[in-house]
Amino acid sequence: MSLDPATVRRIARLARIRVEDAAVPRLQGELNNILGWIEQLSEVDVEGVAPLTGGAQIALRMRGDAVTDGGYPERILANAPDRAGEFFAVPKVVE
Amino acid sequence: MFSDLSIVEAASALRRRDFSARELTQAHVDAVAALNPRLNAFITETPELALARADAADAALAAGTAGPLAGIPLAIKDLFCTEGVRTTAASRILGNFIPPYESTVTANLLRDGAVFLGKANLDEFAMGSSNMTSAFGPVANPWQRAGSNAVLVPGGSSGGSAAAVAARIAMGATGTDTGGSIRQPAAFCGIAGIKPTYGRCSRWGIVAFASSLDQAGAFARTVGDCAVLLGSMAGFDAKDSTSVERPVPDYLAATKRGVRGLRIGVPREYRMEGMNPDVERLWQSGLQWLRDAGAEIVDVSLPHTKYGLATYYIVAPAEASSNLARYDGVRFGVRQDGVDLIDLYERTRAEGFGDEVKRRIMIGTYVLSAGYYDAYYLRAQKVRALILKDFSEAFARVDALLTPTAPTGAFAQGEKMDDPIAMYLNDVFTVPASMAGVPGMSVPAGLDHQGLPLGLQVIGRPFDEETVFAVSQVIEDAAGFSAVPQVRAGA
Repeated sequence: MSLDPATVRRIARLARIRVEDAAVPRLQGELNNILGWIEQLSEVDVEGVAPLTGGAQIALRMRGDAVTDGGYPERILANAPDRAGEFFAVPKVVE
Repeated sequence: MFSDLSIVEAASALRRRDFSARELTQAHVDAVAALNPRLNAFITETPELALARADAADAALAAGTAGPLAGIPLAIKDLFCTEGVRTTAASRILGNFIPPYESTVTANLLRDGAVFLGKANLDEFAMGSSNMTSAFGPVANPWQRAGSNAVLVPGGSSGGSAAAVAARIAMGATGTDTGGSIRQPAAFCGIAGIKPTYGRCSRWGIVAFASSLDQAGAFARTVGDCAVLLGSMAGFDAKDSTSVERPVPDYLAATKRGVRGLRIGVPREYRMEGMNPDVERLWQSGLQWLRDAGAEIVDVSLPHTKYGLATYYIVAPAEASSNLARYDGVRFGVRQDGVDLIDLYERTRAEGFGDEVKRRIMIGTYVLSAGYYDAYYLRAQKVRALILKDFSEAFARVDALLTPTAPTGAFAQGEKMDDPIAMYLNDVFTVPASMAGVPGMSVPAGLDHQGLPLGLQVIGRPFDEETVFAVSQVIEDAAGFSAVPQVRAGA
């Protein structure tokens, strides 16, 4: 299947990446090229095959439901682009 | 004087006090300062920290409390978080990020006394096979084609790590491998590199790309040095839910086992139409070396090999699109202001990510989106199960596999840049082992007709890095690879 310009814009929106209108045709070509290539998987017979989700063939461990870390807001906020007191700050979301 | 020492030799010499850790580190700090402007192998150099660590190593050596890597200068791929030292993932979006914590793998190396020279360059977020996607500029391969000054790529994504070790400005390095990012650059730079079994090294504190594939590993100039480094890096870590609770064997001892009586598989699907004749010839030599050392060579089939790359380019971008959602300009990294929060996210990510990263996030977003999930992502996970089954069936018959590492030697900067798929094909021999989670090692084994190094890949059973090291050591001994790159310390 082939992506149209509207779908390219929709994917960019879902991925939260701003794409200028002028960049859509180039991106459309690149993405369609890659998707056309991975289309070859449709020829593989996967009837009755259970999907492999992880790299480790082991069950994930459980751990205790306990707080093991934290309590140092200054270290956490040290990399924040903007802050207000002990909080991350963002532009106003609710009017 | 230090440029041809192995880590194993240097560790002994330091214990004999033939020279001090400070002398060894100073020589490497000087070599980095002299050659990094040409190679761009390091994004961040940390000479003061390195010398302070070297002094601590000298004190520990004098006190008899030194760890196995005391005073050994290493390069750390700039994907490992290092407390208080900028960690960029070679992306603009993390250009100012200073982690408040240390990754488990680097903490293990520090525990054992290692000295960190700085943070090595890589493809942005480890997405690439040439190091051309780094926001901090490409890395130059220290090797050149005979009679040509063309600047070659070191491979990727761990290109800075591989170039630094090959150029003798670091004795070893950490890397990460998602689809070949340790093995392919090791081959391109004429050094050894191991990707252990998925789960062997903790992923905690490593900037995530594709979490079901990412695995840390080691580069060095000898198989034995890789064994020593991996022995330090590996081990159970409760902070990574996929870290495996198994003792770490003595890998260096395993390098001395030999291959007598082992069955080595040759996957027939890796012999491809139009294969590079130098690569084909070297592969045959490798099989003969193993036969001469007492191994039995067995033909095996991995029938889903040809689907490995396409499967990878669904699974890895899907996981990346999820992992990289965290870079939104709010908690860390570079922010671009917008008219509202969504606009802030979109501008931050458009400015902060490079083209290849954006392509992969968008492919991943698409294959996970409603209506396409079953056709792409779910199908790819099923093909991945078939790829694992191929390996499991092969390993019922053989102890290890021998293949080429990459289809060619290093190519020039700027080549293969117009077509992402041409770049992806570099990983055709390395991706299947990543999909199956099994260990793989590249060993330098010879030169092509242009004088560039080529590697052979040894693939082993899950958690049987020991056999991988044993086979790799036999290849290393038989190959007698002694060629050196044109750009190197002490040249």
